[in-house]
Amino acid sequence: MQTTVSNREFTTALSDPDTPAPKGIKGPDRKKSAKRFDIYRNNVVVGLIDALGEIFPAVARLVGEQFFRDMARLYIRANPPNSPLLFRYGRSMPDFLATFEPVAHLAYLPDVARIELAWLDAFHAADTSCFSAADLGAVPESELDDLRLTPHPASRIIRSRWAAVSIVSTTRSGASLADIDPTAPEDGLVTRPGYNVQLRRLPPGTATFLQSLIDGARLADAAEAAGRDCTEFDLPLALRAMLEAGAFSQRREEA
Amino acid sequence: MSKKTIIGASAVAGAVAMALSGATVVATTTGAAAAEKCYGVSLAGDNDCAAGPGTTCAGTSTVDYQGNAWTSVPDGTCLTMDVPGDRKGSLEPLDRDLPA
Repeated sequence: MQTTVSNREFTTALSDPDTPAPKGIKGPDRKKSAKRFDIYRNNVVVGLIDALGEIFPAVARLVGEQFFRDMARLYIRANPPNSPLLFRYGRSMPDFLATFEPVAHLAYLPDVARIELAWLDAFHAADTSCFSAADLGAVPESELDDLRLTPHPASRIIRSRWAAVSIVSTTRSGASLADIDPTAPEDGLVTRPGYNVQLRRLPPGTATFLQSLIDGARLADAAEAAGRDCTEFDLPLALRAMLEAGAFSQRREEA
Repeated sequence: MSKKTIIGASAVAGAVAMALSGATVVATTTGAAAAEKCYGVSLAGDNDCAAGPGTTCAGTSTVDYQGNAWTSVPDGTCLTMDVPGDRKGSLEPLDRDLPA
């Protein structure tokens, strides 16, 4: 008689080393294979921990490598992958960090993880050219107010109540965090002109400006929205950041 | 540069002119994509990966200078990259040195 193992029983046992190997798992010798199953589930979990470490290098450095691995193990148990594609894993890490008591004192950690997810998204986004300074210069002056742009597939805006952008770039470069005031709110922009992902801090009001453009607003309306939102908004500065980052791919043809 | 808040739509053209007058911007923009995918030059296990971090294929090439594995190199240096044994880098995947 054949014994079958339910998917559920199998996956539960996979992420918890204290659970006995599911009944019905047999080796080639047709005997029960608790050891083989232990090796398998160890490989699965270590593979996931390594993947999380590569997706969230700044989080890992901020909490320490060993702490991160231990925390990742708990995360994996509570949030097993729901896609066979490993690069989709870790989406709920920011929420997990926000509720994980031992890192409660690092209030900026969830935003750091959000930026690292945006980085990963940008890495996997479709290749396309960027709307450049030359492209903007070629737009007739009379059409500038009505200009609409198509966002580059890699562009992501992150608004943080903390200095999460500086913390990510400083931590990823291995530099010291000593000069950063974590309580200064920051907006960030992730883009990928060419093959390399870029993360930059945005000048005041620029996040509103870019978000409006991404949502399809006319250039004049986006500028107005940003000016209303933030008195320090500086349009030339915002335009420079936008062009330098390659946040848009091309002119949006009117619908 | 003016620090004045720009609210009126009429100011857009002026701001665009001001933004474009920054020569540094133009220079950075053209220099932005300063890397290219270079196939056939990485040592076994040292390849970057088409799928990127969070996947397990970075570092999976099994043969030195594997033709279909790529590494990100500074722009314009791939085609001139010499690989031992009279081989060159390529911007397209190659069919040489594939794992058996």
